[in-house]
Amino acid sequence: MDQLIRALEEELVQARSQGGEGPAIPPGEEPPFQPGDKIRVHERVTEGGEGGRERIQVFEGVVLRVQGRGTSRTFTVRKESFGIGVEKTYPLHSPKIAKIEVVERRKRVRRARLYYLRERRLR
Amino acid sequence: MTAAATQTQTQTQTQTQAREGAAMALGMLGRKVGMMQWFDERGNAFAATVIQAEPNVVVQLRTPERDGYSAVQLGYGRVKAKNVPKPLLGHFKRAGVEPRRFLREFRVDDVSGFKVGQEITVEIFEEGEKIDVSGTSKGKGFQGVMKRHGFAGLPASHGHDHQRIPGSIGSLAATGKVFKGKRMAGHMGGERVTVKRLEVLKVDPEKHVIVVKGAVPGPRGGLVELRKGPQK
Repeated sequence: MDQLIRALEEELVQARSQGGEGPAIPPGEEPPFQPGDKIRVHERVTEGGEGGRERIQVFEGVVLRVQGRGTSRTFTVRKESFGIGVEKTYPLHSPKIAKIEVVERRKRVRRARLYYLRERRLR
Repeated sequence: MTAAATQTQTQTQTQTQAREGAAMALGMLGRKVGMMQWFDERGNAFAATVIQAEPNVVVQLRTPERDGYSAVQLGYGRVKAKNVPKPLLGHFKRAGVEPRRFLREFRVDDVSGFKVGQEITVEIFEEGEKIDVSGTSKGKGFQGVMKRHGFAGLPASHGHDHQRIPGSIGSLAATGKVFKGKRMAGHMGGERVTVKRLEVLKVDPEKHVIVVKGAVPGPRGGLVELRKGPQK
């Protein structure tokens, strides 16, 4: 039964990629990054409600976690903005994500979910 | 739809007239496979339910002349012949079809378009169409008034020693009784629930699968009835 859903997910992507603006990471594909990596997420944002202008918003930070499975997989990126910690959680396979760049590979990361970064003293 | 509605009126006048607006088109039976996340063309994510509906077979036609109403009886699901009661086996034999696990009737305006033995597939539904889905909700057992009816319960502090009780259930001697239908604790779930106007996101005739926006009653693997909604 689960296989059926998985097959559907894959199809969903194929249909999407034919339409042009597909997700950066199609369902079924592993993310090219791991918790601890520093990445840059390019998100398509529509301004001024429906039918508004579309632009790309970039969010750069450290990957805290990758969670879930199937099309509903998400990842959380954390950065410090003017001394305040900001976290954003994106659906990994969302078509709104135009591009993901890995800026820096992780070092010395020993767990899958880096929640301890939140408790780190702000520099 | 209007043409079909007029046809109904002439055929089975009295009873159908009253429910004219609700005159249902055909539907079919399937099983809930599970839920997944779906993205629309703008990239918004929402919940979707996957339903598998292998071809249903028409087992019997109900006609106004013989039965007083028009309907199509559909069979769905595999079953071993030895597990089917003999009288029911006869019913299938008469239709000339293999025994099926489930039998359900679907009201139609006119049975003339259908034949016994005919197969109904998911292709009767189109992507973008709105359909109604019925099923048996998950059994919740004996539940209190807060979960079953959404009562607020009692405050946690200021001397209250119960939190989840219903409170007063009526007046004193002025009425002297508790009204019938008063909402109280009791058995919840395991009843027939219909969710109306769910959007069809995808129809896959090869896999016999239909994906619908939102949730559908029942557990994974539960039997669901898919019906064409009022076509407006």
